[in-house]
Amino acid sequence: MTAPSARRLPAWLPALLLAASCGAAAAPYIPADGNQVVERLPSRADPVQRELRRLRTALAANPQDLGLATALAQRYIEQARIEGDPRYLGYAQAALAPWWNQAGPPDAVLVLRATLRQSTHQFAAALADLDLAVRRNSGNAQAWLTRATVEMVTGDLAAARASCMRLYSRAPALVVQTCLSSVGSVGGQAAASYRQLLDVRARHPLDAPGVGVWVATLLAEMAARSGDDAAAETHFRNALALGEPDSYLLGAYADFLLDHDRAPEVVRLLRDKTRVDALLLRYALALQATGSPDARGQTEALRARFHDAMLRGDTVHRREQARFELALRRDPAAAVRLAKANWQVQKEPADLRILAECALASGDPEAARLLHGWLRSSRIEDRRVAAIAARVRVPA
Amino acid sequence: MMRAPQWLQLLRHAWLAVLLLACSPAWAHKPSDSYLTLDVRGARVDGQWDIALRDLDMAIGLDGDGNGELTWNEVRARHDAIAAYALARLALASGGAPCPLRVTGQLLDQHSDGAYAVLRLGADCGAAVSALDIDYRLLFDIDPQHKGLLQLRHGGQVSTAIFAPDAARQHLEVAGASSWRQFGDYVRHGVWHIWIGFDHILFLLSLLLPAVLVYRDRRWQGRSTFRAAAVDVLKIVTAFTLAHSITLTLATLGVVALPSRLVESAIAASVALAALNNVWPLFHGRRALVAFAFGLIHGFGFASVLLDLGLPKTALLLSLVGFNVGVELGQLAIVLLFLPLAFLARNTVLYRRGVLGVGSCLIVLVALAWLAERGLDVKLLA
Repeated sequence: MTAPSARRLPAWLPALLLAASCGAAAAPYIPADGNQVVERLPSRADPVQRELRRLRTALAANPQDLGLATALAQRYIEQARIEGDPRYLGYAQAALAPWWNQAGPPDAVLVLRATLRQSTHQFAAALADLDLAVRRNSGNAQAWLTRATVEMVTGDLAAARASCMRLYSRAPALVVQTCLSSVGSVGGQAAASYRQLLDVRARHPLDAPGVGVWVATLLAEMAARSGDDAAAETHFRNALALGEPDSYLLGAYADFLLDHDRAPEVVRLLRDKTRVDALLLRYALALQATGSPDARGQTEALRARFHDAMLRGDTVHRREQARFELALRRDPAAAVRLAKANWQVQKEPADLRILAECALASGDPEAARLLHGWLRSSRIEDRRVAAIAARVRVPA
Repeated sequence: MMRAPQWLQLLRHAWLAVLLLACSPAWAHKPSDSYLTLDVRGARVDGQWDIALRDLDMAIGLDGDGNGELTWNEVRARHDAIAAYALARLALASGGAPCPLRVTGQLLDQHSDGAYAVLRLGADCGAAVSALDIDYRLLFDIDPQHKGLLQLRHGGQVSTAIFAPDAARQHLEVAGASSWRQFGDYVRHGVWHIWIGFDHILFLLSLLLPAVLVYRDRRWQGRSTFRAAAVDVLKIVTAFTLAHSITLTLATLGVVALPSRLVESAIAASVALAALNNVWPLFHGRRALVAFAFGLIHGFGFASVLLDLGLPKTALLLSLVGFNVGVELGQLAIVLLFLPLAFLARNTVLYRRGVLGVGSCLIVLVALAWLAERGLDVKLLA
């Protein structure tokens, strides 16, 4: 029997997990030593935190100030990316509270709301916001760019390409080309996209924070997909040299190293970064590859994190979770279920890769059909996915 | 205030948005959650609320020196503020009346994404809770992506709910989620109670021990047939059952009430008398009658256990019947174990002198000790 409250939940799974989770946490305790450090928090002395607090105090005094609210939301979104802590996305949403539930909020709010919505995989709602933004003002470059990215994540490559095209004369050349090359490199024009991006970066460099890392990371991933390992290594090293690397870059580089049997380097790279789930996953994979006895403990820690994330009904971790089930728990049946569910929502190269690996390991005919269907329709060129797909039997 | 032109600001957004979206972020962990467990027993609600220290720091500031290293002393110094903040954001009500919450203790716990403050909660709803209205508002103002994960335990069942800004108020049925499940729970309680209730077992055994014998010519003789012994047992058990069912029902429904000290003392006395009868025949031909008379007293004893368990208003009768069925099943198991063994051993010296004689004497002593304990409210036995 289901309790009436449970019926209101979007899915039965969180309720089941929640009900079964009695005693999942260790027993509560009182630390013996009052000076014991029980948690690490962002330091108040940190300039970024001071700036955030200053904006927050100012907004609290005047919550209807649109400029202040969007500036703070934007800073929080940026901080979420840097620290990898999704709490900042909630803070960003709170800053936009006066406009959040409006059907037609101001343009700046629309784009930020779309960004926040896509981060929780509400892609349709995000696109609706962006459509409204470009209908109001077709010159809204930011809206077009965000739209292109959402369309790419969901696998609508034709629409993404069209959105990128709208950036011409509305955004700097490097931004336009990065948008187009991102789409082209997974849509049958890998070599040309790579060459053009390199070319535009050389001719129209853009001195904006983060853009250099972003372009270098994309180039590295493109080179890795095409099998040009030396170039990929160079681009990754470039990106890493441009400052404190963000968690996405670390994850992408770790994957590159794992693919080339360089697990010991991954262990060194990520040893202190395991607060981030996706990096803990790579760290555990590297430990396993090096035969470290610590692999089991890290796998268990990861299991607990996925469990807790599912309790709240989140499904944004399926890609990582599929990889966890396949490579660490060695449960291809569970992994392919997650990979297929993830594929319904996201269709980036990393999503295709895990779908392919799960299809091969599980022999699941639907996964095989999805894999081969996508390879045909998107014409994506990825050396490793192609090698796996060659071994996955196409179901009759 | 000077601000850049709108288009420039929008452009500045753009690169951020691209960065964020193109590189699907690798999240450190899940967004903010709190874990709330509520345990409903009758009118009482006990609970535990785990709230991330990181969230509390954002909301009310915990890190006294702001160095980013939160110590237990810094948390402890904010215990009152934590309790006040949390209690202002959680309200329980039952049947329209609020159940005032208190924080009864604060500890720490480690979850997969960091350290959490653990608040022990207590609430009294005044009357037995059949449904709980929960109003949850923690952190929604500063983090609308926060969720409250509730686990509600009641009568051996667990139901769950997730609180979010658009689902901040929820109504949860406590009883009646499954009548049969509940019935089963009370059957188990009944069985369990008769098995751990030594006074009831000893009373019954004292009456049953002579059932395989017959008192003739001023001495015990073995009964000739199993059937005769079984009929005697049946009479006694039926009388006992009938009697305690009557008082159990009346007391549970609140029709009659006796002081528990009197009831418990009378039960002890009944055990002593029943055992004494085996050594010094007082009422050997009328044991069924005695079983009925004292069974009435034992019924009050069962009722106090049932009332302590807390009875759901919506399924009062069902749980009452369930508990009674459980008591009878437990009793039946004892009888089924006892009767064949006693019948086989009825003609041995061990049974007549050892079990019936010495055993009954021991039971008398234990029962008298209980009587003294319960009547005088002292502690004699371990």
